[in-house]
Order: sequence, then structure tokens, then C-alpha cells
Amino acid sequence: MTVTVPSGSLARGRALRVLRAGRSNPTLAAGSVVLAIVVIIAVFAPLLAPFPADAGNATHPTQVLLAPSSAHWFGTDEVGRDVLTRVMYGGRTSLEIVVAVLAIAAAIGIPLGLIAGYFGGVVDQVIMRVTDIFLAFPALLLSLAIASVLQPSVGHMILAIAVTWWPWYTRLVRGEAASVVRRPYVESARTLGVSHRRIIIRHVLPNAATPVLVQISMDAGGVLLTAAAISFLGLGAQDPTCEWGLMVSQGATYFTTNWWYATFPGIAILITAMAFNLIGDGVRERLDPKRVLSR
Amino acid sequence: MSLIVRELRIGFGERTVVEIDELQVGDGEIVGLVGESGSGKSVTSLALIGLARSAGAWVEGSIQLDGRELTSLDEAQWRQLRGDRIAMIFQSPVSSLNPVFRVGDLFVRALRLHGATKAEARDRAARAMREVVLSPELLRRYPHQLSGGQAQRVAIAMAVALRARVLLADEPTSALDVTVQAEILELIQRMRREEGISVLFVSHDLAVVAGLCDRVAIMQSGQIVETGPTAATLRAPTHPYTQGLVAAIPRLGGTHA
Repeated sequence: MTVTVPSGSLARGRALRVLRAGRSNPTLAAGSVVLAIVVIIAVFAPLLAPFPADAGNATHPTQVLLAPSSAHWFGTDEVGRDVLTRVMYGGRTSLEIVVAVLAIAAAIGIPLGLIAGYFGGVVDQVIMRVTDIFLAFPALLLSLAIASVLQPSVGHMILAIAVTWWPWYTRLVRGEAASVVRRPYVESARTLGVSHRRIIIRHVLPNAATPVLVQISMDAGGVLLTAAAISFLGLGAQDPTCEWGLMVSQGATYFTTNWWYATFPGIAILITAMAFNLIGDGVRERLDPKRVLSR
Repeated sequence: MSLIVRELRIGFGERTVVEIDELQVGDGEIVGLVGESGSGKSVTSLALIGLARSAGAWVEGSIQLDGRELTSLDEAQWRQLRGDRIAMIFQSPVSSLNPVFRVGDLFVRALRLHGATKAEARDRAARAMREVVLSPELLRRYPHQLSGGQAQRVAIAMAVALRARVLLADEPTSALDVTVQAEILELIQRMRREEGISVLFVSHDLAVVAGLCDRVAIMQSGQIVETGPTAATLRAPTHPYTQGLVAAIPRLGGTHA
């Protein structure tokens, strides 16, 4: 994938632009508002949830699979726990996973890409061939394979997804870095006695970062869905952890008779993934106008 | 500071692209290195600041800065020397400055790299800006908010602030319009007069070199074919290539060939 951006002038005042974006960028604004609501609910779940105890392994044998009512807006699950409570707590798990996966993938992928693009030659070849090996497998399959050999847990699922995610960032950053390296200011920095490490961090990274920031913001939704898929297949989060994919999977068993159990966590996945994608599109629009124009 | 180059060979792989028997830039002297594109001028100036190797070239021979042999320096020693003793300015002044930093930040970073404190660096930056007749206000701007002439002055100011003694100027005026070009040339001359810096001025423009340099070295396909005091060399060139170059200078009132 190639992404071209005029760097430099765009990198300038990046944060400010994002803040100012709301007015002129409804996509970003809408996504941000929805995500903000999701984040607030997730963060304050212990205060907001009607039955915080139900987030764990409480059981209420008398209230099994109750339909939505004024007491249980989203109904209850097969052991009588409040589905609304579990959906709220599920937001915590999902956001944790998204942040952790993207952070790990960026922490591995960006430095490797910078090194490959900056030094070129053999270093570049080695790093890029390694990413090729990872990219040769379909990402979801590789994640599933890794998750299946590890104990199913949220932590291992994060690892399994991050392993397949970083090579994309490496490729993206490498391409940018390789072009930034040839710009005169890099040579000029070298004539002033700046070390390789400093040039990479101070000169190459800021000028190569825009496309990968865009990509990361666009990937959040994908990570969320991947995590939900892995949990749905039983290889990720395990009960009593509240995780939307897992809840959909558990609720699917009862779907024909008790529709609410699978439906509400499903809607939560839908809304959150959509918010992430809106933000991703919005960020791209702000930081990467060329790509939008060329579509 | 004097720069003496002897038996310098630079090449890529099997090919030798530069063979210079001797090239000297004396203390406080401005020497022009003239030649057409591809004659090896730029790679020579890169070699003089120790960057030809990282451009993929090999370098042999002797480069001495005040008697100190530079070709045997390792990368860390070179880094100390660059900016501190030898500085370089480039053809495209604006794109030679990192667009994400303010000019002042670039100054402070460069100066701190060579041991100045932050306050000291700010102070020296402002003084250097005044020396190149720029308002210190410009330190608050981003490179793209400067004109080409301003940016080239900033680059020179940076060399001045770092107290570099040798300035390698790789076609520093080629991208500028004629009036700005004259200002930059005047500035380089003043820096030589007031600071006593030595300058190797790489150019393809004989007219510019004629007005600026004390001595001139004419380069053709990697070799210096003629060298001498500028006026004498250009008035009575002995090598056919130099004669060709001199004849190619457009003159007002001349007839078109």
C-alpha cells in the first residue's frame, strides 16, 4: 500500500488541526462523540452499571434469561447476570485490547520501519523479508493459530493480534523514511554532526509519521472486530471476563429464543467499530488530503 | 584554518569518479571549485566533510585540516568535527531545514550538540542572525515561512554560530534569483573578512566564481585540469576545457554563436 503525503507543512501544528477539526470535519466529530460516550461508559462502568457484581461470576438462578425490562434493560444471561452491566464492562476489555494491540504493533513496527528505511541495504532487506514472512499468512488465521496454542486469555489474544499487526506499520514507515532520508535537511543535519539515532528520531520520524498515524487511527476498528472474532471462537477472553465477542458467542446458543443476549453486545461492537472507522476516515481527511483527492 | 587535499581518489564500486592530485584552501581563502554537472564537485565536497562514504562511495588519499589527517577518522570523530570545524551549505536552502521545527529550535539543537547550554545557544543564535543581517524574530518561524535568500542566510548563520572555520558551499546560490544571489555572495565575502573563515565554493557558474573567489580550480570528469588565481586563470586559460568554459560565459553585446 502506498500513501503519499506532503509532509512537513502538514506535520506542523498537527495536534492543533485535529482539535480544530470538529467544525469542518463532521465525520471526525461524529466518530469522536460516539467514541467519547463509549469511553466514558467503559471508564465509569463501576459507577454507571446497574449491577456491578454481575460483571464477575455472580449467579442468580431465579433470574435466568429474563427478557429486557425496566429492571434489566438488556435482559439477563444464562446464569441470571444483567446483560447491560456486562456490555458496559465489556467496553473496558475491548478498549484495553485495541489500545494495547495498537501500542505494541506501533512500538515494534515503527522503529523497525525507520531503521529499514534509514539505513537501507542489507538491514532493510532483512527487516523487510521478515515482515514479508508475517504478511504471507492471512492476518486473522495467523492470530487464531497463535491464540490457539496459547492459554485462551485477553493478554494472549492481544499478543496474537499484535504479532500480525506490526508488519503493516513497518512497511508503511519504511517507505516514508526511505524518501525522507533523501531530503536535503537530513544531509544538512549530518553535516552538522548529528548522530544517526538523533537524525532518525528528530528528523525522519516526525516527517514520516503522518501516514502511520492515519493508518493507526483507521486500524482501531479492525482490531476491535478481530478481537471480537477471536473471542467469539472461544480463543480469546474467557467467562467471567466481559467481552463483547465472547458474549455474542455465548448468546448465539440462545438466539432463537432469547434474542437480547447476543444482540446487545453485537450492537455495542457495531457502534464502537463504526465510531473508530469514522474517526479513522476523519483523521485521514485532515492529515492526508492527497489520498482523499486521488480516490 | 587550511584544508589540504592530496592524492584524493573517490569512487563507486569499480569506478573512480574523482582523482584530485592537489587542492588547497588556505586560511581565510575563498577557492572556487568549478565544473559541469557530473564532474565530481559535489562528491568531492561530501568527502571533505566525511559523508561520501555514507553516500556509498569509497575514499582514498589524504585530506588534512590544519595538519590533522581526516581520512582516517572514525564516524564519531567526524561527527565532532562536522559543524564544529567544518560546515556545509547547500543548493536548496529551504529544504535543507527540517520543516517540522522552528528555525530557532534547529539552531538550539545544533549548538547544544556541540556543547552549548540552552541559554547560550539562544544567545549565539540571535547574534548570528544579526550578523547575517536577519532579524532574530525569524528564529520563531518555520522554514517554509522563509524566502530562499533568508533560508540560505540562516544556513550561513548556523555555520557562524557554530564557529565553523571552514565552509563548504555546494552551489549555494544556484537556486536563488540574481539579486539575492549577490547578497549571499557579499555575505560570504564579509564572513571571510570578519571571521576569517575559509570557503570552498562549489559552482558551475564561472561568472559568480570570478567575482568571489581568490583562486579557482577547474574540474573536468573528476580531475582538476587547471588551477590558479581567479583573474589570471579566467583571463588566460591554458587548458582547452577552461577555454571552452570561459568562452561559454554569455556577454552583453556579444554575438550569438
